Amino acid sequence: MLRLEKLVKTYKTGDQALKAVDLDVPEGQVLALIGPSGAGKSTLIRCINRLVEPTSGNVYLGDVELTGLSSGALRRERRRMGMIFQEYALVERLTVMENVLSGRLGYVGFWRSFLRRFPQSDVDEAFRLLDRVGLAHMADKRADELSGGQRQRVGICRALIQDPALLLVDEPTASLDPKTSRQIMRLICELCKERGLAAIINIHDVALAQMFVQRVIGLRFGAIEFDGLPEGLTPDVLTNIYGEEDWEATIEKVDDDSEAAE
Amino acid sequence: MSALDTRIGKPWKKPPFVQRAWLRWALILGFAAYLVAAYMTIDVNWARVYEGLERGKQFVLAFTSPDFTSRSSDIWEGMIESIIMTVASSVVGIIISIPIALGAARNIAPLPIYLICRAIIAVSRALQEIIVAILLVAIFGFGPLAGFLTLSFATIGFLSKLLAEDIESMDRVQAEAIKASGAKWTQWINYGVQPQVMPRLIGLSIYRVDINFRESAILGLVGAGGIGATLNTAFDRYEYDTAAAILLMIILIVMALEYISGIIRERVQ
Repeated sequence: MLRLEKLVKTYKTGDQALKAVDLDVPEGQVLALIGPSGAGKSTLIRCINRLVEPTSGNVYLGDVELTGLSSGALRRERRRMGMIFQEYALVERLTVMENVLSGRLGYVGFWRSFLRRFPQSDVDEAFRLLDRVGLAHMADKRADELSGGQRQRVGICRALIQDPALLLVDEPTASLDPKTSRQIMRLICELCKERGLAAIINIHDVALAQMFVQRVIGLRFGAIEFDGLPEGLTPDVLTNIYGEEDWEATIEKVDDDSEAAE
Repeated sequence: MSALDTRIGKPWKKPPFVQRAWLRWALILGFAAYLVAAYMTIDVNWARVYEGLERGKQFVLAFTSPDFTSRSSDIWEGMIESIIMTVASSVVGIIISIPIALGAARNIAPLPIYLICRAIIAVSRALQEIIVAILLVAIFGFGPLAGFLTLSFATIGFLSKLLAEDIESMDRVQAEAIKASGAKWTQWINYGVQPQVMPRLIGLSIYRVDINFRESAILGLVGAGGIGATLNTAFDRYEYDTAAAILLMIILIVMALEYISGIIRERVQ
């Protein structure tokens, strides 16, 4: 469904963020991308929808090759890739409803969006999604009145209303407390399952990733260091990805937590 | 350890900005000498000041008995003209300056457009209002048209520059999120950028209305219409009571605008 071939990103400063990354994501698979800060996780995600322009290599979404697209064609393809951001990235001075509907901008003409006259089907879908994440009563609140967890739910609705085939999720839990983090991760994974979406989730919290995803990719210095099942993350593997540290506690904690969560 | 022992018990002072003592003192004394010399070149004619004090006193006293009536039709006409100039030039100036501000923000405009828009702003800001007004009066003749054009021109430089700087300091991620949805450029500006800069745009616009009104009083002095023309005539005729009436009205209107802008800015936060 998504295929990366020899994807390279070299920044102007000369930093090589991605070194020929190959990756294949089948339909409906939820995948966690782990790795230390600066390993290129955010760059990888942003190179897929070209918020960051890759230096070389190819990205295939279905049959479409993304890196060579004109700006108009790229906009059409971006509609198929919903993105969820670290720190939510809601437009704070817009209402919750406007933020959710902004996910439809790729489908709606300028004047309709300018006058906020979205098609009724979009409005209905927005309410359905808000209701699904438990925020229907907040529709007309301004985004900056919401708590962190609520904001991220709105961010999820904004990504889903695009009717995407793929979710790109950048550190969804970075500024949330442990309980809300789990709820958000669970929500994302449930929604992916309901809709058969593939997702790439950047995440710092290894234990949290192990609890929810089907496949883990470990990135280090812009190259894939590990690719396998969450159970495969042994202390040796984590040392490979992150460097020397006492990993026993992290891994044991996972078992305890997953039992507690159930 | 011994290095530390020698420091213990000794006072600490911030090192001076200029390291070399002789240079430091030369700079201080040189500046003081220049200051004294500069003040000594200012030539004050104390006899003239003594005579002028009387005129100054009359002017100040005129504020206790401002004369709104004897030239009321002139004042009325001038005021209306000034207000029309202010509103018209503010609206035109703001409408033109928004696209220029978008072009002058480095984070959303490509380099060629950025340079063109920055050049327009630089020209508008480099030419002082009075000079522009004199030029436009020479072209269009006396009257409010010249004043209106002058103020519109000045508004563009002021508003575009400050708005562009606000756009440059906006939160990039919010705009990025809108872009990721597949929005067109116009939609991206409307959803990702505009909400972020709206309070600043409104605040600056009201402030510019305020400035344009005050400027319209000055522009009259060079023949560009408005209340300034009436004010100038009043001074020329030594009608300080009428001048005082006009000044009081200007002060009142500016204060009213200030009050209104406070209320509006509170609302849009």
